[in-house]
Amino acid sequence: MDLFELGISELRALLEKREISSVNIVESICKRIDRVENNIKAYITVTKEHALHMAEHADKEMKNDITKPLLGIPVAVKDNICTKDILTTCASKILSNYIPPYESTVTARMLKDGYILIGKANLDEFAMGSSTEHSSFFATRNPWNTDRIPGGSSGGAAAAVAANECIAALGSDTGGSIRLPAALCGVVGMKPTYGRVSRYGLVAFASSLDQIGPITKNVNDAAILLNSIAGKDTMDATSAPMDVPDFTAVIGEDIKGIKVGIPKEYFIKGMDPEITVAVQQAIKQLETLGAVPVDVSLPHTEYAIAAYYVLALSEASSNLARYDGVKYGFRAEAEELMDMYLKSRSEGFGQEVKRRIMIGTYALSSGYYDAYYKKAQQVRTLIKDDFENVFKTVDIIATPTAPTPAFRLGEKIADPLQMYLTDIFTLSVNLAGVPGISVPCGFTSDKLPIGLQLIGRHFDEETILKVAHAFEQSTEWHRRNPNL
Amino acid sequence: MKIPIAHFAKLARLSLTEEELALFNEQIDKILDYMNKLNELDTVDVEPTSHVISLSNVIREDISVPCLERKAVLSNAPDHTESFYRVPRIIE
Repeated sequence: MDLFELGISELRALLEKREISSVNIVESICKRIDRVENNIKAYITVTKEHALHMAEHADKEMKNDITKPLLGIPVAVKDNICTKDILTTCASKILSNYIPPYESTVTARMLKDGYILIGKANLDEFAMGSSTEHSSFFATRNPWNTDRIPGGSSGGAAAAVAANECIAALGSDTGGSIRLPAALCGVVGMKPTYGRVSRYGLVAFASSLDQIGPITKNVNDAAILLNSIAGKDTMDATSAPMDVPDFTAVIGEDIKGIKVGIPKEYFIKGMDPEITVAVQQAIKQLETLGAVPVDVSLPHTEYAIAAYYVLALSEASSNLARYDGVKYGFRAEAEELMDMYLKSRSEGFGQEVKRRIMIGTYALSSGYYDAYYKKAQQVRTLIKDDFENVFKTVDIIATPTAPTPAFRLGEKIADPLQMYLTDIFTLSVNLAGVPGISVPCGFTSDKLPIGLQLIGRHFDEETILKVAHAFEQSTEWHRRNPNL
Repeated sequence: MKIPIAHFAKLARLSLTEEELALFNEQIDKILDYMNKLNELDTVDVEPTSHVISLSNVIREDISVPCLERKAVLSNAPDHTESFYRVPRIIE
């Protein structure tokens, strides 16, 4: 077995036993990238030399008996998370030359824990999309079938993990952007509770919904990465002043008696029948492990997409006002200031981003604010209340992560509304601010991965990690690798 | 055309081509139609969510801490002097 196939905990154990070096791991990953990256296109920037240099440093530290949770482990980071002195583009022409003068809190914390940056992963421009086709540079391919999309917006990160082009990755999730590509690429992806992880250095899309989280080869590795990045940060006033437990402590505990809510609104007409079957099978499996399924209802689910897109696009139009060609990024030549704004933004943003800015500007404009933004915030309250009510009687909720497996490149690109509907099962979780994880639960007859989504109470990542791990360990899905 | 799309493009500081205007007009109409679904719900007595985990009044000690170096920050600007961003002419 090659080192690139292993996860964080396995590699850390080998490093601790001095059976391998960090340089061995990075060289193995670099070889893998050389072999498969042309077909996958997961990375905007590969930081090979930097990674090798960091690996040599990590090996020196280990020689001095220094131990850190991520020491010597190469991790990919979505290219909307700022890495000091390393190009961070958001997959946008408007930031195509942006070199952050500061480090995001999440990567600063991982650096302290010894991680090695192996590359900056592709995404839909500014994380706006569900397929990674909206990257201004190139589309990423699904490692299980390169005619298919990897999901989005963290499609590069999920594809890099699935194709073994990194050991683990960080993504960001505004309406499903970690969980959806994780499901479609057959890996684990987690969105923590809103506020659990600092957003400092995450380029803002929709600030009341954005959250950074891990994309990994197994559930234990997700807990290890979450340990590193979680916790209050004075640089992000929305980060929560809650105690951070050791998320790996619950890994391996049994799940007897855990009540699993099955919301009827998440098994709908029009979803792929193979997904329904796989998810129902997964629920049976949880029952075999001692969990207790309970039928529940989240009655406002059908309004989630409309509420989500009003809020996300409104916040995006406001957040993206900062790209004006003055402080950073692309500037178009112009004789006077207004013209410079108009040209820089029109040439710098891609079509999907412009469409979203337009809708958001409309929804926030005078005379429409109450009808759209305020109304959506009220519906958000109803959706949040749905979850709080259900969590009075169950411990977690289980649903499919996506209504269909990975679709073909180009299939939904011309119809934005169809593309938005891809997030139907993930975005309520962001509206309610609760944590969610996607874990592999099977394959379609076309050999495309299927994901099971587990949703927990606010700040109870431990229970969904525990259940996801118990499920994972009782199945073989996470051990499969795409044929590349 | 239900919405004066050129007006909102101007508010958003975007200059759109004729093709983009036509395409967006059609697509945005469809998307806004879908969003009008929210009006099926009576929300008269519902508080809007202002913060999803109910944090409020996040305060800290008023202590100054080092900020980013001016040179490092300005280095990303398309055009700058030693201590200012430089932009094209603002007024005639």
